[in-house]
Amino acid sequence: MQIFKHPNFNFLKYRWYALVLSWAIIIAGFVVVMTKGLPEGIEFQGGTAVILQFDKTPGIDQVRAALDRNFAGGGGNIIVQSYGASEIMVRVPQVGKEAGTELRQAADAVTAALKKANLGNFKEVGSEVVGPSVGADLKHKGILATALSLAGILIYIALRFRLSFAVGAIVASIHDLLITLAFLAFFRYDLTLNVIAAVLTLTGYSMNDTIVIFDRVRENLRGMRRDNIAEVVNVAVNQTLNRTIITGGTTLLSVVALFLFGGEVLHGFAFTMIVGVITGTYSSVFIAAAIVTFWHRGAARAKAVVTAPPAPASPQTAPRARAKAQRKARAS
Amino acid sequence: MAKELRWRIILIVVIIGACLWAIIPLEKIRLGLDLKGGAHLVLRVEADDALRLETETTVERLRESLDKAGVTGATLTAASPTQIQVTGVPPAQDGLFRTTAVEIETTYNRAAGVNGTYTFTMKPNYVVQMRADAVTQAQQTIERRINELGVTEPTIALQGTNRDELMIQLPGVTDVDHAKEVIGRTGTLELDMVEAGPVSTKEALLQSHGGKEPPNMRIVPGVQAEPGETPGTVYYLVGRVPVVTGRDLRNAKPGIDQNGQPAVSFSLKPDGARRFGKATGENIGRYLAIVLDNSVQSAPRIDGRISTDGQIYGHFTQKEAQDLSLILRSGALPARLTYIHEQTVGATLGQDSVRAGLLAVVASLLLVVGFMLWYYKLAGINSTVALAFNLIMLLGVMSYIGATMTLPGIAGFVLTMGVGVDSNVLIFERIKEELAAGKGVRASLDAGFSRVFLTLLDTHISALISAAFLFQFGTGPIRGFATTLTFGLISNLFTATFVSRTLFNLILSRRQVATLSI
Repeated sequence: MQIFKHPNFNFLKYRWYALVLSWAIIIAGFVVVMTKGLPEGIEFQGGTAVILQFDKTPGIDQVRAALDRNFAGGGGNIIVQSYGASEIMVRVPQVGKEAGTELRQAADAVTAALKKANLGNFKEVGSEVVGPSVGADLKHKGILATALSLAGILIYIALRFRLSFAVGAIVASIHDLLITLAFLAFFRYDLTLNVIAAVLTLTGYSMNDTIVIFDRVRENLRGMRRDNIAEVVNVAVNQTLNRTIITGGTTLLSVVALFLFGGEVLHGFAFTMIVGVITGTYSSVFIAAAIVTFWHRGAARAKAVVTAPPAPASPQTAPRARAKAQRKARAS
Repeated sequence: MAKELRWRIILIVVIIGACLWAIIPLEKIRLGLDLKGGAHLVLRVEADDALRLETETTVERLRESLDKAGVTGATLTAASPTQIQVTGVPPAQDGLFRTTAVEIETTYNRAAGVNGTYTFTMKPNYVVQMRADAVTQAQQTIERRINELGVTEPTIALQGTNRDELMIQLPGVTDVDHAKEVIGRTGTLELDMVEAGPVSTKEALLQSHGGKEPPNMRIVPGVQAEPGETPGTVYYLVGRVPVVTGRDLRNAKPGIDQNGQPAVSFSLKPDGARRFGKATGENIGRYLAIVLDNSVQSAPRIDGRISTDGQIYGHFTQKEAQDLSLILRSGALPARLTYIHEQTVGATLGQDSVRAGLLAVVASLLLVVGFMLWYYKLAGINSTVALAFNLIMLLGVMSYIGATMTLPGIAGFVLTMGVGVDSNVLIFERIKEELAAGKGVRASLDAGFSRVFLTLLDTHISALISAAFLFQFGTGPIRGFATTLTFGLISNLFTATFVSRTLFNLILSRRQVATLSI
C-alpha cells in the first residue's frame, strides 16, 4: 500500500506562501509575548508552588478568595489553578528570604491561610520552592543548551553534506523554535523545564526530517546532473513524501497519546511536541529545501553544485552509476 | 548464509535475554523522585563561614603567642573572613612582633602599614583549599546525618559553577521540614567555663570588666526557662578557650536526666576526657556552660571531678534529644547552609504519575503498532518485533547502568516508539521503491538496508547531539529524559538494521520468496 503512488507536487512553487504563513504566526506570537508575556514556570521565575489535595475539591474562586482574605499581603500575586484530575496548585511568586531554612515560609503561609478559611480537609501532596538564584541560573543554562545544540548539529551537517544544507537546517530549526514559542504564548502554557526539554527534543526531531530530505537531494545531485537545482530538490521532496507523512503521523500519534493520557506534569511537554512535530515536518519541506534552492540559484545546472566542495563521498557511488538510468526514469 | 543467520539469531537472543534478566522483576528499575515520592533539596554551603572561623582562630593563637613573647599594646581584629588587622604595635617591639608573627605567615601574607599597623591576608591558594575543604566536610557530615535518618538510597552530589552547592535526594521522605532541620543545624558543641552570669543584659555582665569584653572571654546568649516562667534571653560571660568541644566526643545518645526528662548523654575520647577531668577537678563549685550552636543550653554546677561521661539537658522533648544526639554524632558543620531549591512529591502524586505514564505508553504502543500492521501488512510484524526489542533493550541498558526512570523518562520512552518506527519506515519505503523498479526481493532488501543505513546514521547522530546537550543542561527528571532518549536512539539503530534484517533473512531462508508483503 502506498499513500502516494508517484507524487509530483511542486512544493517549491508554494514556498513564498509558506514563508508568509510562517512569518504571520511568528509575528503574532511576538506580539502576544510583548503584550501578555510568556508565562514562566516556577523553576524560572523563582517562588513557591504547593499542590494540595482536598477531600472535597473546592472551586478555584473559593480558594482564591480564601487566600485574598487570609494570606499576609493579600492574594494579588498568587496564581491558583487546577492540577490534574482533582488537585489544586497554588503559586506564590515571591520567595521567603533565601537564608537557612526560610525558603518554606511562603508555602507554610499558604497552607495556614487555607486552613483558616474552612475549605475542608486537605493535605499537601507536592511542593516546589525555588530561590531566585536558581531560576536565573536555569534560564541561562536553557538558552545555552539550545544554542550549543543547534551549533553542534550545524557543524555535523556541514561536514556530512555541505554548508548550504546546514544553513537550511538551522534556519528551519530556528523557525520551528519561534513557531513553538508562539503557540505556547497563544495557549498560555507555562515555560517549565519539561517544556525546554521538549524544545530541545524537537530541534533534534526536526533535523531528522530535514536530513532525510537532504540525503535524497544529495543522492539525486549525483544522478540528475543536467537538471537545475530546484528540480532536483523538488524531486527529492516528492520521493520522500510517503515516508515524511508516515513518520510524522506515527510520532504525532505517540505524542497525542502522551497529551491525552500522560497526566498533568507532561501536558506542557506533550503540547510542545505536538506543535513541534507538525512544524518540523512543514519546515523541512518548505523552509530547509527552499533555502538550499535559494542558496544555489546561481548554479544553472546541478553539475555546478556537485563540483563545489563536496561532502565525503558515499561508498555507494559505484553501484549507483549503473542505477542512474533507472533513477531518472523513476523520478518523473 | 545459513551459518551467518544462525550467529545473528544467537547474538540477538543473548542480548535480549540479558536485557530481560535485568528488568524482571520490574522492581529492579530505579524510580525517580517524581514517581516514587520524596524530597529533592539543593543547598549552598556558605564557605566564607569556614574562612572566618579559621581567621578568628588564628587571631586567638597570635594573641596568645604575642602575650607569651611579651609584646603588649597591640590590638588584633579579624577584619574580614580572610584578613587580620593589627594596630598599635609599639615601635620598640616591632622586631619582636615580626618574629612572633612569622608563625602565621605560612597561611597569611603580611603587609606593613604606617604607625605599627599590619594587615595579614590569607593566601589565595589557601582560600581556595579551605573553601573546597569546607564543602567536602559539609558533604560528609550531611551524608552521615542522612544515613542516620534512615533514608533508603539517598543521593548527595556536588554541583554548581562554584562547586559549592549540594544536591540532596531523599526518596520516600515525608517529613521534609524535619529532614531539613537535621541536615541544616550547625551542631557546634563547646563546654566553656562560666565567668559570670546568667544575667538579663550584656551591660550587667561587663560591669566588673570595665564595660569591655576581655580578650580571653566572650558573651554568649542563652535561653532561660525556669518551670513556670516565660522563656527569655539571658547572657553569660564564658571563657573563650573551650574546655572540651564537639570534636572530643566519642559518642552521644539520648538518655534521661535526674528529673526523668529527656537528655543527651555523651562520652569523651581519652584526650578530651583528660582535659575534662582536669578542668572539673580544679573548678569544683564553679559553673560549666554547655554551649550548643552559640547558645547556652544549660550551665550546671561542677560538683565533682568528671572525666569521661557527661550529660546535656535543658527542656528537650524526646525527639529533640534524639535529633541532637544524631547531630553531635555526625560532627559539626563547618559552615552555614542556605536552601536554594526544594521539591517535594508526595507518594500519591508519584503513583498518579506512574499510572499516567504507563497509560500513555500502552496507548502509544497500540496506536503505532496498529498503524504499522495496517499499512505494511506482514512487514509490519517485522517492525513490531523490532520495536519490542528496542524497548526491551532500552529498559535493560537503563537497568544495568542504574539509570533512574522519571516521568520525562517515560515520555522519552514514548518518543522512542514514535521516532524509532521512522527507521523502519525509511527502510521499508526504500525497499518498496526498489521492488517497484523491478528488482528481485533479495536485491531490494539489500539495497534498502544498505542505502538507508547512512541516512539513519546521520539522523541518529544529530539527535544524539541534542540529547547530549539536554543531559548537560538538565537536572534530575530532565536527565532521565535525556538518558532514555540517548539509549533509545542507540538501541533503535541496532534493532532497525540488525534485528529487522535478520528477521527478513529468516523469512527468506525458509523458501524462495517471489513477493514481499510490505
